[in-house]
Amino acid sequence: MKIGLFVPCYVDQFYPKVAIATYELLQKLGCDVSFPMKQTCCGQPMANSGYEHLSKDCDANFIANFAEFDYVVSPSGSCTLHVKDHLHDEKNEQLALQIRKRVYELTEFITDILKIEKIEGNFPHRVGLHQSCHGQRMLHLSQMSELNAPFFSKPEQLLSGIKGLELVSLSKKDECCGFGGTFCVTEEAISAKMGQDRVKDHENQHVEYITGYDMSCLMHLEGTLKRQKSPIKIIHIAEILNGMKN
Amino acid sequence: METKIIEHSKAAEIFIKDEKRTDWHNETLWFVREKRDKAAFQIADWELLRETASQIKNNVLSNMHQYLIDFETNAKNNGIIVHWAANADEHNKIVHSIMEKHGVTQMVKSKSMLTEECHLNEYLTEKGIDVIDSDLGERIVQLRKEAPSHIVLPAIHLKKADVSETFHKFLGTEKGNNDPKYLTEAARQHLRDTFLSRKIALTGVNFAIAETGEFVVCTNEGNADMGVHLADVHIACMGFEKIIPQRKHLAVFLRLLARSATGQPITTYSSHFKKPGDGKEIHLVIVDNGRSTQLGREDFRSSLKCIRCGACMNTCPVYRRSGGHSYHNAVAGPIGSILAPNLDMSKNADLPFASTLCGSCTNVCPVKIDIHVQLYKWRQKLVKEGYTPKSKTLMMKGMSAVLSNPMIFNLAGKMGRFVLDKMPGLVSNSFNPWYKQREMPAPPEESFREWYQKNSTASKDKNHEQ
Repeated sequence: MKIGLFVPCYVDQFYPKVAIATYELLQKLGCDVSFPMKQTCCGQPMANSGYEHLSKDCDANFIANFAEFDYVVSPSGSCTLHVKDHLHDEKNEQLALQIRKRVYELTEFITDILKIEKIEGNFPHRVGLHQSCHGQRMLHLSQMSELNAPFFSKPEQLLSGIKGLELVSLSKKDECCGFGGTFCVTEEAISAKMGQDRVKDHENQHVEYITGYDMSCLMHLEGTLKRQKSPIKIIHIAEILNGMKN
Repeated sequence: METKIIEHSKAAEIFIKDEKRTDWHNETLWFVREKRDKAAFQIADWELLRETASQIKNNVLSNMHQYLIDFETNAKNNGIIVHWAANADEHNKIVHSIMEKHGVTQMVKSKSMLTEECHLNEYLTEKGIDVIDSDLGERIVQLRKEAPSHIVLPAIHLKKADVSETFHKFLGTEKGNNDPKYLTEAARQHLRDTFLSRKIALTGVNFAIAETGEFVVCTNEGNADMGVHLADVHIACMGFEKIIPQRKHLAVFLRLLARSATGQPITTYSSHFKKPGDGKEIHLVIVDNGRSTQLGREDFRSSLKCIRCGACMNTCPVYRRSGGHSYHNAVAGPIGSILAPNLDMSKNADLPFASTLCGSCTNVCPVKIDIHVQLYKWRQKLVKEGYTPKSKTLMMKGMSAVLSNPMIFNLAGKMGRFVLDKMPGLVSNSFNPWYKQREMPAPPEESFREWYQKNSTASKDKNHEQ
């Protein structure tokens, strides 16, 4: 089983430690994983701004990099969703549709494909989990507060094996952080306010860390926390899980 | 008079300046969302109920013309006078002509978002008709010459003190008396005169039943009934999408509507109107106003399933922090943002972008409209049809060039990190909207791909370079 590691462009440039953790974690879990060097961006920034037609080159590049793999795994719900919903290939649409089916966000790949229920490790801290919307509501990584349906959570399930990790419950458990791609600059006022409100919810629970499966939302929350000179730290779920015992 | 439209992002920025008030607005609407959750989750089959409603509405959309013909036939047989209006102007003219025919210059009106959409009040006022809105929230905003900021809770943007001030100014109540009991009593007395003196009452329509030709109006205050029963002429206005096939389907929609809207099991009044009383008239105005265009748009037609519960507004993190007026459309919030561009793409090009695409709206929608998907699709359409600024298109083209080419991407990434590290002032300044209230990420020494080249198993094993 060959796994292609799909690293979102901003993670590659700004949060390499998240990609390293993902890479190492998948290796520890016994995966044959590699990073195709010519990958760039999935095209979501253009598409969500209404310029899906400008993301064709990104699509072509994505397909060229990932067509050979059995699975494509990414430490981001949002980028995974974009590929799943919008990857096209004008010359070979069938190929694009096949790749869409092979793309997985990291936590769902571990629980659903590797069938691993728990990861053991040690992280003795109070932690708030940020439910990023695309992963939650569209990839269904966890149950949504709006629905009258049984609880489940793939990320929480994985974290449940981490010793000492105390997961807090938030007052608005799955409210959007306000990042929203280009929304964060085109609707700056609302975006920043949503970030501040989200941070406050975590602060009220006295968390030491905010974690999640999408670095874009976490980058937004980190920018907000740093501006407020808050001691709360951001950590991607892959970094916590990668602390596992070998 | 046309007022200049302020774009959503700008209006939101103004709204948010009063942070305390924004917090209050946010929490007030979130409270309604939580009430909705409680009410909805008491029904074990809630999700099945939503699915059923969705399918009934899908059936309606697919057979719209037949249901409308059936409805008209049956309504006429019941003695209802049916009018058809192609657009807002025709609708307003029809309503005015009924008033002229009866020689009446005063109207009492209960809540109708359609008449807001058609700007009926302004039209009638220009013709010298005195219109009084009898829904308490609508009356408050009417006195203040404002538009409703929410389709179910029209005055939700106002606090008790604002209402007190408004009533003091227009109804002569005691200055500074914020007691809700006192204020509602004043409104009650004021409206009582209106109810007793008006010969014509206008209402909206929540559901029009094709099978029987009757229609149902849902209110909490009983103001629709009071107006209608004391008047000689009842004018009811509906967008044509209000049709449901059979009376039994009310069992689905009435259970969903109030629970989704306010968390009540049912509205206080669900009033059925079938035929006029002796010597009275019922006029029903069925309005298109862009609906058939929307019905013809494959990607957006399901927006016509909307039953106007407002749940998508209450849950929307953007709406809660920007207020209904920031959407400059009769229907605000997520649903308004997918309906408005159909009416006028140029005026409403900003609205589909006033969302993070979080998808909460879609999840609370009682008829399962895929609102966030339609927001995304409207963005594509607005861009393709040229309704976005040229500067944005240029920026996007630039981004696309950088993000799709591995070499340029690597170079740009390196430069970006270099700038952030050595010359942060170039980025971290007030011209960068991100930096206004957030710090930039700290630039790492190397990108992941640089690390990978040195440290991956493959490169270690084979000293492999690509």
